[in-house]
Parts: sequence; structure tokens; C-alpha cells
Amino acid sequence: MHDTTGTKVFRVVTIVLLSIFTIIPIYVMVISGLKPLKDVQGAFSWWPTTLTVQPYIDMWKTVPLADYFVNSVIVSTVATVLSLIIAIFASYAISRYSFRGRTVFSTTVLSTQMLPGVLFLLPLFLIFVNINTNFGLQLVGTRTGLIITYLTFSLPFSIWMLAGYFDGIPRELDEAAKVDGCGPMRALLKVILPTARPGLVAVAIYSFMTSWGEVLFASVMTTDANRTLAVGLQLYSTQTNVYWNQIMAASVVVSIPIVIGFLLLQKNFVAGLTAGAVK
Amino acid sequence: MSASTAVKNSGPTAGASGRKPRKPRRAGWWLPYALLAPAVIFELVIHVIPMVTGIWMSFLKLTKMFISNWGNAPFVGLKNYQVALDFDSAVGLGLLKSFGITVAFTILVVGFSWGLGMAAAVALQKTFKGRAIFRTLFLIPYALPMYAGVIAWKFMLQKDNGALNHLIFDNLGLPGDKPFWLIGDNAFFAVVIVAIWRLWPFAFLMLMAGLQSVPTDVYEASAVDGAKPLRQWWAITLPMLRPVNMVLVLVMFLWTFNDFNTPFVLFGGSQPPAGDLISFHIYNASFLTWNFGSGAAMSVLLLLFLLVVSGIYLLFMNRRKDNA
Repeated sequence: MHDTTGTKVFRVVTIVLLSIFTIIPIYVMVISGLKPLKDVQGAFSWWPTTLTVQPYIDMWKTVPLADYFVNSVIVSTVATVLSLIIAIFASYAISRYSFRGRTVFSTTVLSTQMLPGVLFLLPLFLIFVNINTNFGLQLVGTRTGLIITYLTFSLPFSIWMLAGYFDGIPRELDEAAKVDGCGPMRALLKVILPTARPGLVAVAIYSFMTSWGEVLFASVMTTDANRTLAVGLQLYSTQTNVYWNQIMAASVVVSIPIVIGFLLLQKNFVAGLTAGAVK
Repeated sequence: MSASTAVKNSGPTAGASGRKPRKPRRAGWWLPYALLAPAVIFELVIHVIPMVTGIWMSFLKLTKMFISNWGNAPFVGLKNYQVALDFDSAVGLGLLKSFGITVAFTILVVGFSWGLGMAAAVALQKTFKGRAIFRTLFLIPYALPMYAGVIAWKFMLQKDNGALNHLIFDNLGLPGDKPFWLIGDNAFFAVVIVAIWRLWPFAFLMLMAGLQSVPTDVYEASAVDGAKPLRQWWAITLPMLRPVNMVLVLVMFLWTFNDFNTPFVLFGGSQPPAGDLISFHIYNASFLTWNFGSGAAMSVLLLLFLLVVSGIYLLFMNRRKDNA
């Protein structure tokens, strides 16, 4: 099939416009993180007169960014691993067995996607407060509390996506494992999981990304002790100054690990996402 | 784990039996339940109990006095709902306005994100040199932590030292005064553009994956028949992408309607009336006034609305599929 002039023009125009739209905020972020404070407080300039890495040094002192980094890493990793493990078993059951209550369970899980986060936020907050008053167990302001709330979005999505992915793995593989004398758990561990690796990676990336970027629960459920990056980045605005250059530098630093991870594994992500979502 | 050792002992009889209904009470019938147990327990803790609690809360006069001891909050029946739906009262009017803004926001964001995602997916459908670079580039806004991208926009939208006003007035030389983008009526467009910037790569990702499943010989055959590209898109691409689009549009609708993060990070604590999206509105109604009962009632109303719209959408889509 040969391209007509019309399709060529369409392609070039689309790509150019969308590239500009995509790049500008990223460029502004990167370039402003390398400017001295006085240059981000005056009129904007595309080409900076002074380039400095000072914001990248100062940002660790203005707010305890390293602490927030550690909190974000711990909370996101534990939430991801936990929801992945729980989802593996549940999705395997949904994909490979028919049993009473199967439809009810999978519909329930799917429908939680519809629920606004704010609907869970208020009750969870109150339940946590109550647990604290009645049992002395502190959940608001702890990592445990935050991890539990993060499961509200990562667990249903993981189950949903993995079940779709497992469905795409031929049943003959399970049967072959069975013939070799494997029980269902060994079939899951030795056959299904290795085959489903792209799907597992996709689910893990998704959970980690959403936890890493989560703002709503993080802003209510955290205190000074367990603030995540999402909340910590807001603290560069003081009453006297907004350290835009440090905010932008910090934004670059919190983005780099996740963007690199995503771009390296994006093929898995696309395959996993569509297998789970489109089937 | 005890479940896994027990399963190993039960041997091959407990193996997978496919999709067809199994005979009841076969050996190992409990296995799927054991596999499901952790998920069910967590679902109870994170979804079912909070939801039941939330619905119960919406019938209580749950003000600051009762936060740590809400068992004692007085039961007021449907009072919170009455107030939320009384459009003559300040609370009801605020909710109605916020709802209207959110509907407009959702239509614009989902529409444009879908359109841009589709255009990009079609533009990158065929291989050409450098395709991988653009593919990667377009995915970056989606990969960025959401607050990092939105904060960059927030900086760009500053009145005096922002890149956008600099571009419009200093670079392109448009006449007039630099406007505020994050205060006043412009705030609506600001939040729409930022939300589109974040969401369209997701549409692109899904549609691109969907396009890969369209066999190229269909296009070739139709080209031989003299079909123009636009007609091919309408008659081949769009129908082939139906399953993807069905899920994609619903998911984007739900995410956008419930979006809290974009306005929260973009506007900080004090949102302008024009950018008062509904999740954010409910959050403020609950935590600023510490009236959780009222906030819970609004959440339940929001949930009912989303359930009805999603239900109608799915029914309509399934009927069209049956007719096709």
C-alpha cells in the first residue's frame, strides 16, 4: 500500500504537534531544575543564561527528600509485591477453575474499578482512627496504613489484568504438567508463572507506578513521619519563597527511576495490559 | 503456606479441568476457594467493609465532634442526601455546579485524549525510520509520576514567570495582558489541558496495541478496491478496534470523572470555582468542614451516578454487539 500525499501530511502534522505538546513540560522541568533561583522567579526563558546543578544539591536540605524517597520506595514496593502475590492465586483460580461464586467474585473485583477513591478515603480514615482509639494500633501516619489503602486500587487491577493474561496461556501447558505428575500448585509455579512473566511484569509496573504517583490517600494518611514524595514535593513552597528550581530538580529525580523502568519494560506492559483489558 | 502443602499431597486429581462446570464435590473442589481466600479477605478489608461503612456514615450527622467515636454520631436518615440534593442550599448548589464542571471536563478530556491517541496510533501504524523514538516519547507523560508532570504544568501556567504566557505574549507577540491560568475561569481550561496531556498516551498505548491485531492484507484488499484512507479507517480500523474502544472509553470515563489528583496538585489547597471537580469537591466538603456524613452522602451519590452510566453504557454496547 502506498501512501497518498494526504496520509503523509496527516502523519507528519500529527507527529510534530504531539511531539511538541509532549516535550514542552518535560523540557521546562529539566531546564528549570538547572537554573538559579532568581532565574525561575523572573520572566521565563527557554535558553537559560546560567546553568547550575545547585538545585540538585539544595533540594535535599530544603525538605527531607531522602526520607520521602525511602518512604515511597518501601510503601510502593510492599504494596506491589503484596497485591501481586494475592492476585496470582486469585487470578489462577478465576482463570482455571469454575466454581460457585466465580462470577460474583470477578464482577465484584471489576466493579471496584468504578468506585471513586474518595468514597473509600473517608471510611478508611475513620476506621483507622477507630482502630487507634479502641485497640491502640496506629494506622494513620504509618507505612502499614498507607500500604493497606494502596491495595484498594492495585489489587483489583492486578487480579483483573492477570486473569486475562492467564486466560491467554494455553490450557495444554497445565495438562502436560499434570501428566508429568505435577499438582496444581506446582503447575502454577513451574509452568504458568514462568510463561506469564510479561504479564507479571506489567502488573508489577502498573501497581508500582500508581502507588508511586498516588496523591489522595498519601495526603490524608501521612504525617511528618511517613510522607511520600507525592506529598513531599508540595513542601518546597514556603510562605516566603517558592523554590521552583528545586521542585523541578526533585521532579526530575523522582521521575527518572520510574520512567527508565517503564521504558525498558514497555513492551511487556503493552502486551500485559491489552491481554488483560481487551479479552 | 499450609494450603500449598495440602494441595501437593492431593495429587493430580485436583488438576485444572477447564471452563466447563465440574461435577460437584470432586476431590479438591475446595482448591479454588483456598486460592481465592487471601484475595477475599483483603477485598473485605479494603473494599467491602469501607464501602458498607461509607454508606452507613452517609446516614449519620458525622461532624468533628464524633470523628474518633463515630458510633455515637446521631442517625439522621436521609438528611445528608436531602441537603446534597437541595439545589437552593449552598451545599446542594455547590455540588450541582461541581457536577456540571466535572461532566464538561470529562467529555473534553476523554474526547480529546481518545482523538489524539487515535491519531498518533494511526500515524505510527506503519513502520518508518524513527518510529520507535516517537512511540517512546509519547509514552513519557504516562510513565512520569503523576504529580511530577502536573507540577511542571503548574509552573508553566504561572502568570508572570510561566512558560505558557511567555510563549503566547513574548515569543508569539500576541497583544493583551498576561492572564492568570490557575485562578478565575481560565482554571477550567488549565485543568482540562493538563488532564489531556496525562491521559492521551494511555489511549495511544491501548489503540496502538489494538491496531497491531488488524491484518494488513485487509487494507491492501480494500486499497485495490479503491478505498481512500479515511474510508479505510472508518470501515476497517474502527470496527476492528471495537473491543479495545469499549474498554478504553469506559476506563477513561471512570478515571477522569473520579480524577482528584490533577486539580489537587495543580491548584493546591484552594481550588478556583471553575476547576472544582467533584472528587476534589467532596474531599474539601469533608475535610475542610469536617462533615464526614455529608461527604459520604455525596460519595454515594457519585457512585450511584457512575454505576448507572456504566450500566447503560455496557447494556448499549452489548446490544450493538448482538445486532452486529
